[in-house]
Parts: sequence; C-alpha cells; structure tokens
Amino acid sequence: MSVLALEIGWGWMLAFKALVILLIVPLGALVLGYTFLLKMMSHMQSRLGPMDPGGFHGWFQLVGDGLKFLQKEDIIPEDADRRVFAFAPVIVVISTFLMFVVIPIGPVAVVANLDVGVFYALAVSSLSVIGVLMAGWSSANKFALMGALRAAGQLIAYELPLLLAVVGVVMQAGTMSLQGIVSAQQNGSIFGWSGIGNPFIFTQIIGFLLFMIAAQAELSQTPFDMPVAESELVAGYMVEYSGFRFLFFFIGEFGTATAFAALAATLFLGGWSLPGVHGLSAELLGPLVLFVKLMGVAFLMFWVRFTYPRLREDQLQAIAWKFLIPIALANIIVTAIIKVAF
Amino acid sequence: MVAQNVAFWIIAIAMVLSAIGVVRTSNVVHAALYLVIVLAGAAAQYILLAAEFVAWVQVLIYIGAVVILFLFGIMLTRSPMGDLDLDNSQRMPAFVASLALVGTLTALLVDAFGNSKVVIDAPTKTSVLSSDIFRLYIVPFEAVSILLLAALVGAIVLARRD
Repeated sequence: MSVLALEIGWGWMLAFKALVILLIVPLGALVLGYTFLLKMMSHMQSRLGPMDPGGFHGWFQLVGDGLKFLQKEDIIPEDADRRVFAFAPVIVVISTFLMFVVIPIGPVAVVANLDVGVFYALAVSSLSVIGVLMAGWSSANKFALMGALRAAGQLIAYELPLLLAVVGVVMQAGTMSLQGIVSAQQNGSIFGWSGIGNPFIFTQIIGFLLFMIAAQAELSQTPFDMPVAESELVAGYMVEYSGFRFLFFFIGEFGTATAFAALAATLFLGGWSLPGVHGLSAELLGPLVLFVKLMGVAFLMFWVRFTYPRLREDQLQAIAWKFLIPIALANIIVTAIIKVAF
Repeated sequence: MVAQNVAFWIIAIAMVLSAIGVVRTSNVVHAALYLVIVLAGAAAQYILLAAEFVAWVQVLIYIGAVVILFLFGIMLTRSPMGDLDLDNSQRMPAFVASLALVGTLTALLVDAFGNSKVVIDAPTKTSVLSSDIFRLYIVPFEAVSILLLAALVGAIVLARRD
C-alpha cells in the first residue's frame, strides 16, 4: 500500500490505522465538546463559559475534566450486576470506534474501503444500544432502567428513517462504498452542469433532513433527549456511573456525534472532495476539507440541541412512525422513478 | 487458508461456549447477552466466508434489533436482578432433543456437502448479490415479504383491544 508515494509494510500500516482510529475518537469528542458544548452554548446564552484553563478561551478545560475523571474512584453500586455494569460503557465506545473505520478522508486515506461502507457504519452504530440497555439494567436503579428503556424504544424507532434516508443516496450513487459515493458526487453533474460536481444535498435534500433528524435522535440530543432527561430521570442510564466509566460514555456520545457529522458530510456534502481539486492536492487537503464540512454539520446539530425543548415520549414515537418513515419511503420511490426515467 | 481455519475454530468455540451459557444461566438478561455473542460469532463466520453484506445484515437485524427487542421486553415486564429459579424438571428431555437435532443437522450437512470445497478469492460484491436476489430469486423474495407483512398485520390484530 502506498500513501503519498511512500511504501509502507502491511503490518505497520495496520498498526498505524489502529492508532489513528484510537486517537480520532477522543480527539473528535474533545473538539466537538469544546467548540459546541462549552463555547457555542455559552455564547448563545450570553455568557463566556470556561475562560481560564490553558490560557486561550479555556481550551484546556475538557482535557482537565478528563484527567479529573481518571483520578476519581471507580464506584459500582452494591446491588449492581458487576460484570455487566463494568462492560457496558466499553460496548458503547467500541461501537463509536468501529464507525470511523469506513469514513474516508482522502482519495486513498481510509482505514478500510468496504463495499458495504455506509451500511456497515449504520449497523455498528446500532450496537451502542446494547451497551445502553446493559448500563441501565445492571445499575439496579429505577431511573437508570427507565432511561435505558426510553433509549431502546427511541433508537429502534429512529434507526428505520436513518437507514431509509441513506437509501436515496445509495440509489443515486449506485454504490454503498463511501469512496464510491464521494466520487459519484465529485464527478457528477447537476442537469449537465458539472462546475461543482453533484453534492447530494441538492438532489437528496429530503434525505439530508431526514438523516439529520434521525441522527439527532440516535445521538439522544435535544429535542430527542428523553433517555437522559436530567429534569425527570436525573441522567437516565448514566446515573450510577462515575470516574473513567462515565468518561467512556462522554467520549462515546461526542465521538458518535463526530462520526455522524462526518457521515452526513460524506453522504451529502461530498466528503473530502472539493470542486476542481484532484490528485496529490486532494490527498493533502482532504482531511481539512472533511473537517470543515464536518464542523458545519455538527454546528447544525448542536444549534438545534441548544435551541429546542424536549419532546414528549408519545410525540417522539409519533414523529418517527407517522411522519419520518412515510416521507423516507416516498423519497425512495421518487428517487427510483427519477433514476429510471432520466 | 490456515489463518481462516484458526479464526474459524476460535470463533466456533466462543460461540459454543456462549450458546451453552444461554441455556445454563439462571438470569434471562444474561441469557440474552450470551445470545449477542453467539449472533456476533455467526456474523464473524459470514465474514470469513467473504459474505460481507450478509454479515452486517446479521449485526444490524439480529444484534441491533432482535436482541434489543428481547432485552426491551424482559426489562419492561420483569427486569429481574440476580439469580432466579427458572429451572424445571425437563433437563433430560431437552438434552436428548438437542442432541438429536445436532445429529440430524450434522448428518444432513455431511451428506449434502461432504468434502466439496468452495473457493473464495474476494468478498462478494453487494451489487452481484442484489441482482441475484432481484433477478433470479424475485418470487421467493416477494413471497417472504408478503409472509412478513401478514405476520405484522396479524400481530396488530391480536394486540388490538377494540
């Protein structure tokens, strides 16, 4: 395998890829957590947020928080099912790590360009529900159990529109591989004009909106944060967790937000590609381009999160089953008709 | 092929031990969690057979939905903690029945495939798989769809109270 004309052995390549994946999840969680949770929310609420740690606008705050969590005592409730309780956060984090495997950041820079790309990413993202249910049940706490049940009900309901929203993109690109979807957007054309390629956000705008709404629910972010609703359930399935196990949940939450933002940027905004940039410069610019697009998508997600109030449980289910899924099915039918007709 | 064989045996042993765990444990939630390992092992075996799409369908449907619904149902109704007395006096009949099933399936597989070898050089493309399903096997596919739809409607009819 050659990257930037460098020849690298297979074993070293594998170790390097594993290292990248291990670094990118906590890093993504830190960047998103700092930029949006600490700074953007503060400014939207006319306050400054943490300003001291690290000097410049308190950028060190989350690293410090992380170090603090690592020092804390590892508390397991007496009635808890110890093994299940201890293993639950690991499953949530593993599901986040696995999602990054297929997300490309350049023409060859991808850990594994699977033929089933986007389908794989959505399949492994659904594994985190098992971790959430394990956490809620093993805590031996009514609040935690209620949170886990809400999470499971919500994630089952919103997985369908999430998958169905992507079907339109897959049909248009003719492949499920994320590299294939990126190159379909880079080399495509809008009604014969190929100036900026064909980012699917234009032709699949309904799919994009459905994907963003369903991703928001998959991430349990407001207005879909029933599972962790702090005013009624304290913190839902996380209520008994502390120390580094809580840190795992935190990294899982923001790492998955990074993954979904990157996935949305790849599926609908052209991923690492930029109009007119090919070859080596695409290789070098790719990560930066994807990062900018990812932050744009994440900005939308967190903007909604800090703006809207929480939905009621029955409204939440009604939106998924009576509203999102029929629209997603209609979107697939219309895409199929247009694809066959033109 | 040596690496594939080693991987097969590791996964197979893990699957068998977890499957025994499913029936041995006295806690329903633990049984469901052992089932996750068995189903994940099946997905791993599909990957060894280069059937990528089937493997991830297995993960999405069985682990991501079926087991979740199991756990959801268990937790919604009883949410048992600790060891429960779920045993009954049918251990021996169950043992004999499962042994008979293992024997039948083994005999059937050996009889049908014997020493025939399948050569796999690359993962099956999803596009090949989908054109097979929608060209060659369209009638069975649609029949299964209608069966599932009927089951769905039937479940709603049974659950409705009016």
